Amino acid sequence: MRVVALKEGADFDGWRQAARTLLLDEVPPEKVTWLVTGEASLLPDHDAPTAQASARPAPRIPAEFLGLMQSLICHSDPQRYGLAYRLLWRLTHGERQLLQLITDADVMRARNAEKNVRRDSHKMKAFVRFREVKAADGEPVGAFANNSVFIAWFEPSHYIVERVAPFFVRRFTGMRWSILTPYRSAHWDGETLSFSAGATKADAPSEDVLEDYWRTYYASIFNPARLKVQAMQSEMPVKYWKNLPEAQLIPSLIREARPRTLAMVEAEATTPKKRFAAPELRSAVVQPQGSLAELRAQARDCRGCALWQPATQTVFGEGPEHAQLMLVGEQPGDQEDLAGRPFIGPAGRLLDKALLEAGLDRKTLYVTNAVKHFKFTARNIFRQHQGANAEEQRACRPWLQAEIQRVRPKLILCLGATAASNLIAADFPLLAQRGQWHRWPDGTQLMATVHPSYLLRLKEPAARARETAAFVQDLRRVAEILTAA
Amino acid sequence: METLAKLAILADAAKYDASCASSGAESRNSLKNGGIGSTEGMGICHAYAPDGRCISLLKILLTNFCTYDCVYCVNRRSSNVQRARFTVDEVVGLTMNFYKRNYIEGLFLSSGIIRSADYTMEQLVEVARKLRVEQKFGGYIHLKTIPDAAPELLAAAGRWADRLSINIELPTEEGLARLAPEKNLRDIRGAMGNLRLNIENAKEERSTAKGAPRFAPAGQSTQMIVGADASSDRKILQTSTNLYGNYKMRRVYYSAFSPIPDAAKSLPLMAPPLIREHRLYQADWLLRFYGFTVEDIAPVDGQENLALDIDPKAAWALRNREVFPVDVQRAPRETLLKVPGLGVKTVDRILALRRHKTLRYEDLVRLKAPMKKAAPFVTLADHKPRAQPESSALRRELVPTQQGELFA
Repeated sequence: MRVVALKEGADFDGWRQAARTLLLDEVPPEKVTWLVTGEASLLPDHDAPTAQASARPAPRIPAEFLGLMQSLICHSDPQRYGLAYRLLWRLTHGERQLLQLITDADVMRARNAEKNVRRDSHKMKAFVRFREVKAADGEPVGAFANNSVFIAWFEPSHYIVERVAPFFVRRFTGMRWSILTPYRSAHWDGETLSFSAGATKADAPSEDVLEDYWRTYYASIFNPARLKVQAMQSEMPVKYWKNLPEAQLIPSLIREARPRTLAMVEAEATTPKKRFAAPELRSAVVQPQGSLAELRAQARDCRGCALWQPATQTVFGEGPEHAQLMLVGEQPGDQEDLAGRPFIGPAGRLLDKALLEAGLDRKTLYVTNAVKHFKFTARNIFRQHQGANAEEQRACRPWLQAEIQRVRPKLILCLGATAASNLIAADFPLLAQRGQWHRWPDGTQLMATVHPSYLLRLKEPAARARETAAFVQDLRRVAEILTAA
Repeated sequence: METLAKLAILADAAKYDASCASSGAESRNSLKNGGIGSTEGMGICHAYAPDGRCISLLKILLTNFCTYDCVYCVNRRSSNVQRARFTVDEVVGLTMNFYKRNYIEGLFLSSGIIRSADYTMEQLVEVARKLRVEQKFGGYIHLKTIPDAAPELLAAAGRWADRLSINIELPTEEGLARLAPEKNLRDIRGAMGNLRLNIENAKEERSTAKGAPRFAPAGQSTQMIVGADASSDRKILQTSTNLYGNYKMRRVYYSAFSPIPDAAKSLPLMAPPLIREHRLYQADWLLRFYGFTVEDIAPVDGQENLALDIDPKAAWALRNREVFPVDVQRAPRETLLKVPGLGVKTVDRILALRRHKTLRYEDLVRLKAPMKKAAPFVTLADHKPRAQPESSALRRELVPTQQGELFA
């Protein structure tokens, strides 16, 4: 029988060194007794570890396994070292996949220990409560704004102080603090983290004026109408309560919850200080009337079809009130719906670039869409564009007509088939007649070309370049007519 | 008024907002600037109140004076509750003092609307700015956003805060018009859309240029009140789906309408529908992580409200018996996720384990799968469900006998 003595707490380095030697000596787990200092001296002499086989290389251990052992060894289970060595033995004796067998009894026990240590560490981050101690006057405090030191007393269930202390350093860098626990204490002086022996509760301060504020907050944020005591206790186990200043309120809050709730339910409603009439619901059908600015305001409330329901807002046209050229697209997309402005998404950026190439300044154009709401189907996190149907287009037409009447552009460029079929001819053959001029009786000239999103959908680079050039060419022809006029 | 007295009033006034999350922030600590505060992605709950709710943030209103008259709200202008108003410095001081004692992860600041939307928003932003700039505060900040505040105030809010939120308040526009007459759906949605654009643009810019300004890196969330109007669960879940899809909400919180002091006559004053709230959260999870649709969970034919006595996944399984039993050894992930009792974690562990061995009943027990619930719906090497009982009989078995205090 080999006996290994380790230091109190989580002696990972000691275990690791001993385990390596034992492994090289081929000592099976059942032939090892693991002790922590203090107990060892009570026993008779034992075999010292003999590294006879130290010439052999130590086996390679996966990082995941070492991480698990580090957690396991922080656990308070007195048999943790033996379990850790048994797992190591099995891993190096034909069970390379051991950790993947998550329902194996040893693996489960280690994983459970790891979980408990993680949970205890998390609770330490949550439940440490510092109390402020003002240092005596005249004591040098360096860079600190005041002379305070913050001290906490905490009782962890496992040996976790060393592993959690760096968290407090990262969080409370600008404070001097100490966390005292029964087996180890951690200290931060603003520059260095150090550890010392365990302490007792009496070593920590017994009060802090802020605790009255904290208890007031705790009592006030509690809603007595939603009492769920078990839910509280499963997350804030009673074993932690003794060091939580707010916990002393819990019994009375629970006791008074029901009477308080009944009193609220039974109380006569008091007379409000003032009476207010409920506002009227907006009417479903809005008729375009007045100036362009008025139209824009009216359109915000349009419910002429169902498209408004899932959408964010009406996306009305924008541009100078008497622009000579009007661009009419199909309907807003995802980005336009969020921002409330036409052609600002990917297709809009492509359009801007093409306009620039053709020598057109977007600021001088009136840009709008045939349909003013984004139509989409929800696909998990994406909203997928859907074409507006004939009814939806019809419902939106009065807005487009009103925009054209107010702006009275000389030229209208239809981007895509939807706009063209609304403004030129019902079954407009876009591919056959793109780039041709049409004329309304009042003299307005219209041309149709592709929608920029069509170009975005072309995956093949050569086709995309060719089509983009054709698009820019159409824009150039519009620009020529515009300057000639 | 003393700060302590204000704290009692303004915490009480804030407690009907369910959100207390401190998660999702970018990783940040004080090592470099010697300040106070850190966020490491995962939120920390520093205490729990006897209502079972986590206390992670100092959740207060700057003031409970309000010019709005939302019927369900304890702070509506026609309510006779006691009013108070913090100064900016009082909020900054309380936040720092609480944080240094490790009571909280940060601040969740909201406010009644005073004077104007812009004035109110300005005050909230000033608290956040002082914390970040003057106090070198690195903890979590969540600001409630006023829908019609000016864009530059919104930009400033996004720069200092980790999370911004605007409450949708009620599932339908009619409910909003009736119960929150000064608010309207159009403005709320417009502001949410604006937040999403700002959040996404900032993220994109920061991925290419390190020094680009932050904008609410922990995203946006919202809250819906359940039980103050007559909306069905189907309607509520449809509204949630729309909010997740349109605005990329990190969370939609459901808040069971709860009795308030000095309540308005027009509202049902009764125990808050906590079970319903719980079922809605379960359904919300099913929609986001389990591949279910609103149509699956709350179909139009008479199931528009979720069953209260059984969880929504079990209820779906009983309506869709033809899908089961599922072969645990071979079924794809998306099918395993539909099995009552099997959560995302358990399913992923099953997938990892079954590569190495043939799964037996005992393996699932060891994975802590609730086999009483799952067993009728799965087959394993050594388990086949009993000859299929009637759905109604199976349903009786699935209803928990020990209902616990949730059902009290």
